[in-house]
Amino acid sequence: MKHSLVLTLLVVSAVLFVGAVGCQPRVKNPTPIPGAKVGVKPEGGPEGPGQAPIVREGSGVTGQPVVQPTTAPPPSDGNIALPTDPDTGMKRDEVFFKANTVYFDFDRSTIKSSERAKIEAVANHLKSQPTYKVKVEGHCDERGTEGYNLSLGERRALAVRTYLVNLGISADRVYTISFGEARPAVDGHTEAAWSKNRRGEFIRLLP
Amino acid sequence: MNPTLFRPLVVVTLLASLFVASLRAAEPEIDVVHPQQGVRLVPIALEGFTGEVRSTLKFDLEIQGFEIVPSDKAQYLVSGSYGSSLIGYLQDRISKVWLLSKEYTGASARLQAHTFADEIVEKLIPGQAGVARTQIAFKAATPSHNSEIYLADYDGYNAQAVTRDNTISRDPAWLPGCRVLYYTSYMSGNPFIYSHELQTRMRKVVAGFSGLNTGAALSPDGRRVAMILSKAGSPDLYVADADGGNLKRLTTTKEDESSPCWSPDGQTICFVSRMRGVAELYRIPAAGGSMEMVRTGIPGNLTEPDWSPDGKTIVFTAQTGGFVLGTVPAGGGAGTILLKPGSGEAIRGEDPFWAPNSRTVIFTRRVGDRRVLSLLDVISKQVKDVGQISGSCSQPAWAR
Repeated sequence: MKHSLVLTLLVVSAVLFVGAVGCQPRVKNPTPIPGAKVGVKPEGGPEGPGQAPIVREGSGVTGQPVVQPTTAPPPSDGNIALPTDPDTGMKRDEVFFKANTVYFDFDRSTIKSSERAKIEAVANHLKSQPTYKVKVEGHCDERGTEGYNLSLGERRALAVRTYLVNLGISADRVYTISFGEARPAVDGHTEAAWSKNRRGEFIRLLP
Repeated sequence: MNPTLFRPLVVVTLLASLFVASLRAAEPEIDVVHPQQGVRLVPIALEGFTGEVRSTLKFDLEIQGFEIVPSDKAQYLVSGSYGSSLIGYLQDRISKVWLLSKEYTGASARLQAHTFADEIVEKLIPGQAGVARTQIAFKAATPSHNSEIYLADYDGYNAQAVTRDNTISRDPAWLPGCRVLYYTSYMSGNPFIYSHELQTRMRKVVAGFSGLNTGAALSPDGRRVAMILSKAGSPDLYVADADGGNLKRLTTTKEDESSPCWSPDGQTICFVSRMRGVAELYRIPAAGGSMEMVRTGIPGNLTEPDWSPDGKTIVFTAQTGGFVLGTVPAGGGAGTILLKPGSGEAIRGEDPFWAPNSRTVIFTRRVGDRRVLSLLDVISKQVKDVGQISGSCSQPAWAR
């Protein structure tokens, strides 16, 4: 009688226990996780074919890489030895056309009538110096999305280029580059700042 | 069996079973709508884990369709422990069925937790791939108005610099897999598109023409790249082999194109064109052909589309009083601006990119001066910022 009572109690407890909790299954075959991915070493210089090494002495005014000027012939127009524009191989003069920066309306690349005289002055200078070229930098304010802004900046630079070509400057003397919103002239989140950032800047290029 | 034992045993067993059955009947039925059909999150409880393992599991599950609740409100129980390895169990709380019992060893606690989270997701939401072990790439702003490309785990941990060129690097795009990143860099002085092999650090110019070279997007089979080049006079859509060879121009509009993305079958490219004076979404056969507008019914500038890996949905940036996110069925139909649950306000954000699960989207939010990466669960509209990354980050791309 005693045995059957104990046995009954055991059975009852087992049933209750299993019913209420359930057995945790034993873990078979641990899952090994392969090690973390190979670390990436940051790349500090181009390795593509045809890329000249870029010597850095510190970043230029616009963040462009700066190349140590070599002993150059006497500077023209009274300029100090200018850095080389790595893209075109010509000397970059960022100061000469500073006052000719063209400004644009929001989300627009049309040349406003107020801006035309500045572009005409650039064209006249280029006509007087047949070996000089110009690079137009297109910029946006921060209010567009990034992918869209890069194209908008390019459109602005191209609009200025078209205007120069229509004034008689040959197309191969005008380069364009867009920075989108990446290089504001004025930091800030007001229309005063934004209006100064929607611009086309001229970089004079000397041989 | 001893006959005198038999009858009391049967009675007691019956009583015990009834008792247990009554325990279950007393619990409220948990009404769980499958997350693919409705917006209800799957309630799940987390027990036994602490610290980093717990926070990793919680983040991974919350972004993939689960809500962490106390165990009496949960449909499923996740339990286990982390000592030298992660031991994890998944149990259906109602039926008591054990669905997973696993042990994970090696690598790191985070990666073990991510693996466990993915197995939970894949067990409980059939057809949804776990994303806890995936990678993102993005642009990080650096001083002097420069930027570099970084990659990280999808949750922002383990961020590493891919470039360190002290110039503008932007617009990262993954070759399918995790081995090669494409991006736009101004290191030569002009924006060129580069391919960058992560393990060997080999970089090659893919497009180095005059004017703009940007917008690289790899086809799902990794063999072709779509790009935006302005060498013909305005930014146009081009396609080439992945190394830049066999260049083919696809658009000839006088206005500009931007932001191409591929359909998962590699046949179609969706992109933005301002052909009609405002930014709109278009599609074009990848082999060439005519542009066809993707009609969404949403006014204003629509930009930066991305096509879900399951082929069904195009997500994009819309502009209704600030940048907001929208979707449109890839096969046609009305577009929708995505709204926050509850308030009905539009979810503010831009530049969205699909996760491999076609359910989560990473995008950029503007927060004061900064840009912040954020994750959106398109089904429940839950949003969680990607943590661990400081500074101003944008242009995310999710590895597939």
